[in-house]
Amino acid sequence: MRNFTSLLFAGGLGFFLLVLAADLPLGAPPMLAGQGVLAEGAAATGAANLVTAVVLAYRGIDTLGELSILFAAAAGVGLVLGRARRRPDAEADPEGGFILLAAADLLFPLLVIVGLYIVLHGHLTPGGGFQGGVVLAAAFFLPLLGRPRNALDHAVIGWIEGLAGAVFVGIGLWALAARGEFLAPLLGKGTLGALFSAGTLPLLYIAVGLKVGAEIAGLMSTLQETEAAGS
Amino acid sequence: MSLPPLEIVLYAGAVSLLIIGLAGLVMSEHLVRLVLALGVAEAGGNLLLVLTGFRQGAVAPILLGAAPSGPMVDPIPQALVLTAIVIGVGVQALALALVLRVRRAYGTVHMSALRARLVEDLDEAAGLPPEGSREAPGVERPV
Amino acid sequence: MYWITVLVVAVMVLSALAVLLLPNLLAAVAASSVVSLALSVVFVIVRAPDVAMTEAAVGAGLSGVILVLALRRLGLWGLGDDNRPQPERFSGTGDDA
Repeated sequence: MRNFTSLLFAGGLGFFLLVLAADLPLGAPPMLAGQGVLAEGAAATGAANLVTAVVLAYRGIDTLGELSILFAAAAGVGLVLGRARRRPDAEADPEGGFILLAAADLLFPLLVIVGLYIVLHGHLTPGGGFQGGVVLAAAFFLPLLGRPRNALDHAVIGWIEGLAGAVFVGIGLWALAARGEFLAPLLGKGTLGALFSAGTLPLLYIAVGLKVGAEIAGLMSTLQETEAAGS
Repeated sequence: MSLPPLEIVLYAGAVSLLIIGLAGLVMSEHLVRLVLALGVAEAGGNLLLVLTGFRQGAVAPILLGAAPSGPMVDPIPQALVLTAIVIGVGVQALALALVLRVRRAYGTVHMSALRARLVEDLDEAAGLPPEGSREAPGVERPV
Repeated sequence: MYWITVLVVAVMVLSALAVLLLPNLLAAVAASSVVSLALSVVFVIVRAPDVAMTEAAVGAGLSGVILVLALRRLGLWGLGDDNRPQPERFSGTGDDA
């Protein structure tokens, strides 16, 4: 009976949304704000990737808010699992086999390079701090799968995270002092498409990448260090 | 019979993901499956958002050297979804941490068993005898 | 292009159904990674390369790892049917409650 009601609800909602599809302006030109960004985004920020221009310049303060949400989630995981950490004498996970260990050693430098590349070229090509940060976190977490006894140092992670957040806010305050707007574009815009262009956007994306990477790596290693439940 | 346009196919996919995820949210018996269903619903919502900026024949919002040769898709929904995905994985990890915690406190992650345990705990806190006990079979229950 | 899109969307929706219907949770996690992978292909088709990259890295990779880690910590590391409530092995309370 409960399942039937739920299915009825889900089906009704689906029908409603599909009927709405007929009225959606699919394939219409972008919305007004989007047209503005497309027309002058590159000239205003110097970034060839307009998505980066929106993320860091047009709604940079919003990105700062999202970073704090991510921080809250990571802190929440630490808080919820805090007292459930593994005791030092508890049985650890077994070591990984040869394939996992060899693959982790081989992939670690490659993943670090790819992650840094994605972060540094965020204003030119698809990618940026969020994607690159996740790749960096994966790079530092991968060896832990093979060798569960080594753990990431949570103090170091906390320092990286705090410094990156401080750099982001610091650049914003610098812009506030120099240009009168929080996170307003600073420095020369350079030539469109060059690595050193787009003013402070690459610096901001590096901060975002380090912060996201540190948060996600810390979050995963907290989960990894948790004692198996009910055993 | 003519084929539906590409946008309708994509839109139908996004709506189906959303609906499947919501149905899973209300019907799941296992807490981990509930987290999975949340992820599926989130994926559908993200696709729906990106689709609002899509138009056929447009190019990605990235300027490569020369001036754009044609219309571009709207970059704003893409920027919104970009951050939403990363937030999503944080929320998922938090939800899983809570599931681990529930398992620790109640010894089960199945909804029906959890519901029974919750009722027991509430009865105990309210000073009511356990349901169906011999001393007071017909006690009025607040829940 | 059209039929590729139809195929990818079909794979995505069917895997989403599999997430709910597969009795084993490890298999369901794998299916949810397939949903994310197909979704990232769809994002490429709708000209959103940034989002596609994020979805491929986060949805198909990272969240799968997190879910499997949690399953391991829950002791659901087998290939059996996880829908049946397990016999209660652990009676709540303790120092941690």
